[in-house]
Amino acid sequence: MSAASTAPVAARAVIETQALDKVYAQGTEAEVVALRGVDLRILQGEFVAIMGPSGSGKSTLMNLLGCLDTPSAGVYRCDGVDVATLDAEQRARLRLDKIGFVFQGFNLLPRMSALENVSMPMGYANVHRGERLERAHAALAAVGLGNREGHKPSEMSGGQQQRVAIARALINRPPILLADEPTGALDSKTGEEILALFKSLQRDGHTVVLITHDPDVAHHCDRIFVMRDGQLSEEARA
Amino acid sequence: MNPMEVLRTAVYALRGNWMRSALTSLGVIIGIAAVIVMVSVGQGTQAEIDKLVSGLGSNRLDISPGSGRGFGGIRIGGANTFTLKQDDADAIRAEIPEVQYVASTLRGSSQYVYAENNWSGSWQGVQPDWFEINGWQLASGDGFDARAYTGAAKSVILGETVRRELFGDEDPLGQTIRIGRVPFTVVGTLKPKGQGGFGQDQDDIVVVPLETARRRMLGAMGLPPGAVMQIALGVANAKDLDYVQGEVEALLRQRHKLQPGAEDDFNVRNIAEIIATRTATTNLMSKLLGAVATICLVIGGIGIMNIMLVSVTERIREIGLRMAVGAGPRDVRRQFLAEAMLISMIGGVIGIAIGIVGALLVGKFSDLPVAVNANVVGLAATFSIATGLFFGYYPARKASLLDPIEALRQQ
Repeated sequence: MSAASTAPVAARAVIETQALDKVYAQGTEAEVVALRGVDLRILQGEFVAIMGPSGSGKSTLMNLLGCLDTPSAGVYRCDGVDVATLDAEQRARLRLDKIGFVFQGFNLLPRMSALENVSMPMGYANVHRGERLERAHAALAAVGLGNREGHKPSEMSGGQQQRVAIARALINRPPILLADEPTGALDSKTGEEILALFKSLQRDGHTVVLITHDPDVAHHCDRIFVMRDGQLSEEARA
Repeated sequence: MNPMEVLRTAVYALRGNWMRSALTSLGVIIGIAAVIVMVSVGQGTQAEIDKLVSGLGSNRLDISPGSGRGFGGIRIGGANTFTLKQDDADAIRAEIPEVQYVASTLRGSSQYVYAENNWSGSWQGVQPDWFEINGWQLASGDGFDARAYTGAAKSVILGETVRRELFGDEDPLGQTIRIGRVPFTVVGTLKPKGQGGFGQDQDDIVVVPLETARRRMLGAMGLPPGAVMQIALGVANAKDLDYVQGEVEALLRQRHKLQPGAEDDFNVRNIAEIIATRTATTNLMSKLLGAVATICLVIGGIGIMNIMLVSVTERIREIGLRMAVGAGPRDVRRQFLAEAMLISMIGGVIGIAIGIVGALLVGKFSDLPVAVNANVVGLAATFSIATGLFFGYYPARKASLLDPIEALRQQ
């Protein structure tokens, strides 16, 4: 990330897809083509929105970019690694190292405190417990929740829960932050605050890919891509 | 994820549903407790049999006067019936070649005095083969010579307990002790045997020649001429025991002129028979407890599997989330396996505690011998871990094969 701030011109692609296809139930009558030839190149430090109506293939693209799924055809390089060559175990490792997820429904573990939720992914990265709590502590402070560490999700507002989820997504210092409708479950004022948080993360050098169907949300981004019937196109900024 | 972290996560998950976890481990608790009791009883019996065999020798028959057929509460010849004679012993030796050793005995108890020390205990008047049949060896001294047996010599051999009580550190050989009012010369001491199969002190014994006992120690009792209190037989080959027993019974019935149908006036006791009865009882008990243990562990294991499957379904979103943030299939599998094993191990620990208490209670309130030792605990711990591993694997594998996208989509 320091490379991005010192030499932004030479920034490299953290997400790069070439002719990405995804077909469900291939070869059967129920065959569904979700993605057709998607080419996408996102550079380090960019803040990008992917828009599109329901059923356009946004979620499929998100799952592929998040290394939760593998493409039917085409190439996806996640921070330089060709995902198609990896098995489930290796893809898990890649998600651990490269991807931070933020979901519409926050997806916090209800019985754990904010601090434990944030430190949870580091357990899989074999980070020592002492360091884990320290980093989780710092991450919560960074999203403005330094005084809510011991709170359970049920004791926090939606905006606070989403901040915890963002802190969790950042905890393993991944180069890519994938946010799927992160403001969808929030009121507009809280949504603005979360978007402001993403912007500040971008200024710190994070790459943010935001999936949304809300044009107002998308307008906060540097670039906007639109999915239609499985095909992706970049929208010229007004 | 390192093992400590896996364990921490498992503890965390189980605590959230601690009542359910406790109930799930109940089957394992009962199963493991049954394993402990079973093995303790088995080992206790084995130890008892070993003691019995080492104390008495397994190739022997004991003939005592009076009627009775067996062991354990049935009439065994009283001291006042003197149907056995020395002639019977001589006849057995002469007519049944499979019998290797024959020794008649007379018994009594008396007070033994040396200087200012005295000790009360039982004595045995014996014939030479007695030492061989009962597995006694001399620790010191030459024992009885042939003339001591024929001439009713006032010679005595002391068991370890009696020697210690009378002589302490002094050398007893050649010293004179009084038995009742009669002075005896100590001609030997016996090697100690320790506690017997029935818990008695085998070394609390004094041995004199048979004729000495008859003439000098039982004189006042009005013993019929030639009567003996017991005849012990040593059989050369253990497989001949039953055959010899039949021969002895036939011979004695004939010699005692018993009509067909009349009850025996003697009783032949077969150590092998006693051991066989003991073993059979214990084996039955062990098999019963083994069956209970197996059933409980299987049911307990199925309970664990059931609860783990429910848990996987309930926590499908959690699994999806953990996978999304970087948990691999292996991590998920380990986590659920750890939970299953934790349930069964906690059940194992509680079961071990209950089992030990149960085994001790069985030892206290029944006549079954019980030996609780560390091996039992190790075995039980292994069983409990194996149960968790075996029955936890399928749910854990199921969880690990979940598709994170599908899992996250679940409500």
